[in-house]
Amino acid sequence: MSSSKSFVKFDKVDKSYDGKTLVVKDLNLDINEGEFITMLGPSGSGKTTCLMMLAGFETPTNGEIYLDSKPISRIPPHKRGIGMVFQNYALFPHLTVYENLAFPLKVRKFSKDEIDNKIDKALSMVSLSGFEKRMPNQLSGGQQQRVAVARSLVFDPQLVLMDEPLGALDKNLRESMQYEIKHIHENIGVTVVYVTHDQSEALTMSTRIAVFNDGKVQQLSNPDKLYEEPVNSFVAEFIGETNTFSGEVTDIAEGKCKVKLATGAEIISNPIKVKSKGEKTKVSLRPERAIIDPEEKMDNKYKGKIEEIIYHGDHARVRLNLLGNKEFILKVPNSSARMDIKRGNEINVGWNSNDARALDLKSI
Amino acid sequence: MSSETQQILTTDGIPLEVSLKKVERRNKFKAFLLVAPLLLFLLIVYISPIIGMLFNSVDDRMVTNALPKTFIAMEKWDGKELPSEEVFEAFYIDFQKLIEEEKEGKLSTQLNYEKNGFKSIIKKLRRKSKSFEEGNYKEQIMGVHERWADVEYWRAIKRRAPSYSYSKYLKGVDMYQNEEGKFVQVEEDRRIYKKLWVRTLKIAFFVTLFCFLMAYPIAHLLATLPMKYSNLLMICVLLPFWTSLLVRTASWMILLQQQGVVNDFLVWTGLVADDKRLVMMYNETGTYIAMTQILLPFMVLPLYSVMKTISPSLVRAGKSLGGTPFITFWKVYFPLTIPGIGAGSLLVFILAIGYYITPELVGGASGTLISNMIAYHMKSTLDWSFASAMGLMLLAGVLAIYWIYNKLVGIDNIKLG
Repeated sequence: MSSSKSFVKFDKVDKSYDGKTLVVKDLNLDINEGEFITMLGPSGSGKTTCLMMLAGFETPTNGEIYLDSKPISRIPPHKRGIGMVFQNYALFPHLTVYENLAFPLKVRKFSKDEIDNKIDKALSMVSLSGFEKRMPNQLSGGQQQRVAVARSLVFDPQLVLMDEPLGALDKNLRESMQYEIKHIHENIGVTVVYVTHDQSEALTMSTRIAVFNDGKVQQLSNPDKLYEEPVNSFVAEFIGETNTFSGEVTDIAEGKCKVKLATGAEIISNPIKVKSKGEKTKVSLRPERAIIDPEEKMDNKYKGKIEEIIYHGDHARVRLNLLGNKEFILKVPNSSARMDIKRGNEINVGWNSNDARALDLKSI
Repeated sequence: MSSETQQILTTDGIPLEVSLKKVERRNKFKAFLLVAPLLLFLLIVYISPIIGMLFNSVDDRMVTNALPKTFIAMEKWDGKELPSEEVFEAFYIDFQKLIEEEKEGKLSTQLNYEKNGFKSIIKKLRRKSKSFEEGNYKEQIMGVHERWADVEYWRAIKRRAPSYSYSKYLKGVDMYQNEEGKFVQVEEDRRIYKKLWVRTLKIAFFVTLFCFLMAYPIAHLLATLPMKYSNLLMICVLLPFWTSLLVRTASWMILLQQQGVVNDFLVWTGLVADDKRLVMMYNETGTYIAMTQILLPFMVLPLYSVMKTISPSLVRAGKSLGGTPFITFWKVYFPLTIPGIGAGSLLVFILAIGYYITPELVGGASGTLISNMIAYHMKSTLDWSFASAMGLMLLAGVLAIYWIYNKLVGIDNIKLG
């Protein structure tokens, strides 16, 4: 990841379809060789457009994309040598699995033996050996997906793009495919650009994630940093769950600030986006960072009333009315110890000010 | 299920299959009631006329009933030389009866279909026979006109003896059954129908081809353009549908005639000299142009409906895998449109093969089709049985094409929308 030369580079890329609104605004993105990078964002955030520009199906309105230091805007898609997995697999329905995989090899004029060899290898990689003669419609969704992955890799591209490839699969299959794709990536070391709107998918698979919103990359970092240290309230709310408090900064000093809420209470937070007194802010706190019966050293300790308990098997979500926020969520592990967690009871809740991140106001 | 497997019973003890059938029977009955009116309608207006046509085309009882005694007498005649006095006498008696019933005109029409020249000699015989004396009819009849002494004409009469015959079908392909029962072609200069069949097939084939070549890009545009443009284009495609066929053909006449718009334009631009105006009408060219335009929507619509279902990501996939635009089109897009091509071609070809109005108006002598000949026999010569026979041959041809198509491509592969 520390490689100085980037493999794919988006340089000040703008994209507009109608000449009035920008779908992608001033995008700068560097992708290193061998990385698994995910473009994550809600629909309409411009992530798929970016992928299509990289694949060559859309042209940037402004700026340039470099692949291996070469500008590619003028290279047609079929000469870019980029593998691609499409949302609905896009397997050729009139061709067998073998013929589907042979397509990119035949156009590259490989010999029959080489083709057979490569197809064998690609199919065994996705554990589908022996399926050569099947038609795509004789395969299950998961199998079609694997054929699509195999087809995108069979001609040994250096870069593979995946456009929400798991969107059509059911939850269990999706999860096992996530691991499978991740392992394939680790084994062959190809660079992958992956587009999804599913944040858990992004967190599971990626080396780095680019969170898109409104045509811009909101944050680009590795999954744990993205989750633990969101840089703005959009990222905080889009990735995982978060509890938020809106308020005004009343005091700020040495990596801590006081935020006064609408109820009048003051909470101590970690100033990320706020710089001075009087600024409006949104404080974001992950549910699992707030605990019941806090230790003495925690600098935020409050009382809240239990409004609702939602059972989730291994843990329960407890909805509290805390400091005027009726949607405050707490995660409680399923254990026999806590018998006092009942609806209507009051409990003590606390957290470290470092985990309460005072961010910008803007939100989706 | 084999009978060895144990029969499954419902909770009430009724065999499952019986119970299932009982439930399904009611649904089937309901479904049948729904389609019954249409079925009845089809039976009345479609199936029964075809059966009627079939009957009409082989029915030859008119002549059989008109000359009963003649045909009995002819049974012994070998057909090599002129028939005996017996036959002439029988013919005379039959003929007199026909004159009484005023049916000799019909006979002359029928016999004239069989061999040209009967009409006048029957008329003549009718006049002269009033003054015939008893006995020696052979001499007297032969004396009316020299053709009555020609064995060919008597053979022609004998050929009409059976109540049912397939001679009309033979005539439809320029053949007839001679005295020895062999199928032979008619004389070279009288072969008209075979040429017409070939021309009909040829024109239908090329019209289908032209329609395909023109419709494919249009349908592709329709399927890929954004909605607002594709709607407009669709209206352009459908507009001819909302205009009367006759009006469309007439406008082609205005465009194509020698003093017409196209020729005027060509002369004005100097591409064509004024005294060498192109002949684009009353010949095959006119038929091609007008029929291609009129049948074009029947090709566009099935193609469009198939192309609409082809995901654009397939073409993108082809390109991303390294296929040039041409290879991607040829290996990915084109094979997927084959069901539409099949449906459109079959539709256009079948419509073209039986086309009537347009070739009638713009085809002239060299651009008419078999259907024009059928209409001619229905309206002008009134030989309905021949028209029926040719109509059925056309129907059989269409069915054969359908069958061949099914063998080659498979009817399941057809997609009309």
